[in-house]
Amino acid sequence: MSSKKTDRREFLKQGAALASGAAVGAASQSASGQLAGPEAFIQGSDDMVAYGSRSRFVNSQRIPHGGRHSPDTFGLDFHIATPLQDQHGVVTPSSLFYMGTTRGSYLPDIDPDKHRLMVHGLVDNPLVFTMEELKRLPSVTRMHFVECAGNRANSRMTNVQETHGMTSNAEWTGVLLSTILEEAGVKDGGEWIVAEGVESVKGASTIPMIKAMDDTLLAYSMNGEPVRPQQGFPLRMLVPGFEGIFNVKWLRRIKVVDRYYMTYNDYGHLTQDPATAALGYQIGPKSVIVHPSGGMQLPGTGYYQVSGLAWSGGGKVARVEVTTDGGETWFDAEIRGEPQSMAHTQFAFDWEWDGSECELQSRCIDELGQIQPSRQQAQEFWNTPEGERLRVRGQDNSIQPWRIHSDGSIHNAII
Amino acid sequence: MAVFIMRLFKLSVPLLLVLGITVEAQSPTKYGVGRTPTDAEITAWDISISPTGEELPVGSGTADLGAQLFLEKGCAGCHGTNGTDGIAPRLVKRDVGVLDNPWDYGRILPIRSPFATTVWDYINRGMPLGAEGTLTADEVYSVTAYLLYLNDVITDDQMVVDQDTLPAIQMPNRDNWAQVPDWFPEEPRLKGYPY
Repeated sequence: MSSKKTDRREFLKQGAALASGAAVGAASQSASGQLAGPEAFIQGSDDMVAYGSRSRFVNSQRIPHGGRHSPDTFGLDFHIATPLQDQHGVVTPSSLFYMGTTRGSYLPDIDPDKHRLMVHGLVDNPLVFTMEELKRLPSVTRMHFVECAGNRANSRMTNVQETHGMTSNAEWTGVLLSTILEEAGVKDGGEWIVAEGVESVKGASTIPMIKAMDDTLLAYSMNGEPVRPQQGFPLRMLVPGFEGIFNVKWLRRIKVVDRYYMTYNDYGHLTQDPATAALGYQIGPKSVIVHPSGGMQLPGTGYYQVSGLAWSGGGKVARVEVTTDGGETWFDAEIRGEPQSMAHTQFAFDWEWDGSECELQSRCIDELGQIQPSRQQAQEFWNTPEGERLRVRGQDNSIQPWRIHSDGSIHNAII
Repeated sequence: MAVFIMRLFKLSVPLLLVLGITVEAQSPTKYGVGRTPTDAEITAWDISISPTGEELPVGSGTADLGAQLFLEKGCAGCHGTNGTDGIAPRLVKRDVGVLDNPWDYGRILPIRSPFATTVWDYINRGMPLGAEGTLTADEVYSVTAYLLYLNDVITDDQMVVDQDTLPAIQMPNRDNWAQVPDWFPEEPRLKGYPY
């Protein structure tokens, strides 16, 4: 035994003796709030040193969305929803970030050293970049949400993961697409881009040049680590505020073109109704109360902090309002932190529950003045005939009502 | 420094010429990062097909040949022998006669798509499942022709479908869809819509 170790042991003994009074106090306090026993510490391991993991008491997980199993019969990952109900704050952990794919796709297993991005078409200088080269270029770091067009609530859903779990929010770092396009030099007539991934179906979307040059980002980093494979490792496009499918993952090619290309992804947006076409591009103002929400149980009357997430494809969240009486009276919620453009924003509201049945709702007003509608308001605007099943046009941004029963149980109140 | 020289080069070539200064050939870009792909690389990578079909490769096929390929290449395994009854999406319009609005045939690519090129492009890039990108251009022309034939878009199973005839095929929804609206930053998504 080394003397060093003995010294350390002696030191600890002395320390323990000196602090005994305080230590006893702490121990008794701890015993009242914690179970004693071997589960009180986690055994150190090389794995845990190298890469941390969550507590075994935390088992939050994603679920297949929309009743379609994932992976499906073919082994394809399809749509999976994030457990918003377990999240506090605005950052979705990368491991729980929602996932959507073009058609369902095998996850490409990409060696980043071999990955290339090509920019070509109506440009003066077609270019090919390695990942290292992209990382040499000026970068930006921004918070942005991504949301699937299928994030559409209905009366059969029971909790917020089912109603709203197809959106997530992360901090992204990468190169602005405008930087790349300026390097390539867009020629006259280059009014659109077609962006394409490397996955088996090579999902491609047509995006207007004005958006490509505005704030579209080619991200290689997400929440402080490389973008994960389910999110497009090693490179994905972020088209802030646009529907999820435009955010091309595993990005390998950008072609500058002079017209709308009607790719298979674009075909998915095809509609006969010009209003629906317009509403299927940029996501509207939207919010949802997450705490408390469907499937949760209030343990009794008294104080609760009502909190949730608000976002808009039109820019920053300007205001969030909350009602506890089903929409009769609306109160301003507190906005937590500085709202970011096209990013989830947290709101909170102090609430005293008196034990009576009531209905909680939130609505988002964005910096453009767009207001999140109730389903009834959307229905009235479009003169949806009586009895016809309501389907909010374009991306569904309608208000989510949560009904609190007098026993404290919480239910989806969509009719 | 390199950036500075390149900027100088970009902005002041006439001045440099006047001064008699020669500048070494530089990448014409601001940062000089990345390389220029060869034409062959671009051609190999570029699988995008526009609605007017400029990028379509030389090749041809017929619906008759496509019917055989539909079985041989495994299409029928997922989409059903007739393209109507598989576990993968239905490929043939329902037997409901001739509709005033072809939209009512349902969300079936080879009848709803406004452009035959979209059908070709998707088969070429995304099919067959698990063996994407393995069909030859001729095979893609034939399978595309077969799907258009099954949907009565073309009526002759011997019609030669190639890089010239494919884009000219008149899909029933050619002009029957809402154009994507112009999009501008910091504007509401639909004028007159408060939500």
